[in-house]
Amino acid sequence: MNTKVSIAGVEFKNPVMTASGTFGSGMEYGEFVDLNRLGAVVTKGVANVPWPGNPTPRIAEVYGGMLNAIGLQNPGIDVFIERDLPFLKQYDTRVIVNVCGKTMEEYLEVVERLADTDVDMLEINVSCPNVKEGAIAFGQKAEALFAITSRVKRAARQPVIMKLSPNVTDITEMARAAEAAGADAISLINTLTGMKIDVERRQFVLANRTGGLSGPAIRPVAVRMVWQCANAVAIPIIGMGGIATAEDALEFLMAGATAVAVGAMNFVNPYATIEVAEGIEAYLRRHGIEDIREIIGCVK
Amino acid sequence: MRQTSLAEGIYDLWIRTDLAAEARCGQFVAVYPKDKSTLLPRPISICETDRQEGALRLVYRVAGKGTAEFSRLKAGDSVQILGVLGNGFPVEKAKPGMNAVLLGGGIGVPPILELAKSLSCRKQIVAGYRDGNCFLREDLQRAACADLPGTEAAKGSAFWIATEDGSVGTRGNVMGAVAQNDLRPDILYACGPLPMLRAVKRYAEEKGIPAYLSLEERMACGVGACLGCVCRTVAVDAHSHVHHARICTDGPVFEAREVDI
Repeated sequence: MNTKVSIAGVEFKNPVMTASGTFGSGMEYGEFVDLNRLGAVVTKGVANVPWPGNPTPRIAEVYGGMLNAIGLQNPGIDVFIERDLPFLKQYDTRVIVNVCGKTMEEYLEVVERLADTDVDMLEINVSCPNVKEGAIAFGQKAEALFAITSRVKRAARQPVIMKLSPNVTDITEMARAAEAAGADAISLINTLTGMKIDVERRQFVLANRTGGLSGPAIRPVAVRMVWQCANAVAIPIIGMGGIATAEDALEFLMAGATAVAVGAMNFVNPYATIEVAEGIEAYLRRHGIEDIREIIGCVK
Repeated sequence: MRQTSLAEGIYDLWIRTDLAAEARCGQFVAVYPKDKSTLLPRPISICETDRQEGALRLVYRVAGKGTAEFSRLKAGDSVQILGVLGNGFPVEKAKPGMNAVLLGGGIGVPPILELAKSLSCRKQIVAGYRDGNCFLREDLQRAACADLPGTEAAKGSAFWIATEDGSVGTRGNVMGAVAQNDLRPDILYACGPLPMLRAVKRYAEEKGIPAYLSLEERMACGVGACLGCVCRTVAVDAHSHVHHARICTDGPVFEAREVDI
């Protein structure tokens, strides 16, 4: 039985990854998860310098999901290369670095710093809803997305995944712009912008007022968008949004994703990634499917 | 194992778990609601540990759907937990001969109990409440007096109460009770609402004594990955490389001088 999938020439032992921002740099979950069992670890967003992130509260629970407004707190590329990358390279898993920035130059600086490292792929975060400047501005206009994708592609030594925002009128327009600019793959969806109000205190729950909605509540939206993009572009898609179980992951694969990422559910169940990977294998066995690629995009 | 209500909205839950063997005072566990619409585990401090029975005591306030669900747990039910989390109170900082003053406010009172039981030096406890519902009062009194000679005078100098409405003890907060009773701490330990912790920090700085504060914040993962529950730190944090430390894994107890609250 084959569970291997390949994206832009990079082979993954299985299609299960971690969604950026929900798994730290892998270290935090090392106690729960054998990282060797994952298709890839996708790191928390890394910027050119340390970012302090937003004030607290940064987290609010909502029905079937959560809002976060972390604001991409991260220790910066130097610490990532010195501390986090050597940790990840001890494991037999692919390493995908999520890259964030406020300006084109900041993105490019991180991309260039990573050029000489042995990370396997880059995921460009142009879709974080919690950072005021830059970031999402690149992800909500097709022209801006095209521009940053082409610049990053020219600078990058590794294949490039553009992570798309669902907070747009037509996500296929964004997918097409990324593809036209040379992206090797796209990943979707990032969080949906949301808000929660504490009615007792008559205040926003989050210090940032708005936050990104994730968790099972967003899954049907994510599956739909993956399916739309799969029908719009030829480049591979990494699908994510509220995946909790193997069945959820299979929905994304059948909608056309080549790989999937487990996000917020890592917080709910630290073993979620492994359970999803094992559950997919069990499904393939149960249905006598020899190769996972048979089910990718099987629902037309 | 069993659950009772100690006051309106305050519940006292004993759970049997192997984690009791390793749990230290000031640590917490993440308790998962069964209702799948409430995804995230609830961080609840450890009130007491019974190593012989292999049991943990969790005293918590019903604050929403998740804790409301926990309040309906009965003997024989099971509940999923993740733990033990956090670093707990540094009891070794209270050296023999020191006078440790332990301050608990509101739902910050419960972890003070296991802390009191874990400290071998002289200790004085002040518990602050909103009103006369002074939950854990007898337990705290017992823990405060456990090592003392059986005289009433000695016992009278080990445990105080402050209530906002003045119905029991000092009217006002725990720092009011510290002043009114002329307590002279060499070291402070505190858990409670932010305004109280700020007052403790100010007091410790004025007196030039160490204070260890247990902080709380809305959490998601509990294991240091999501960066949801950070607090501002005075120095650049060694892990984050910014002025933010994670309450779940770097805390929840911090030296007062290290945090900017």
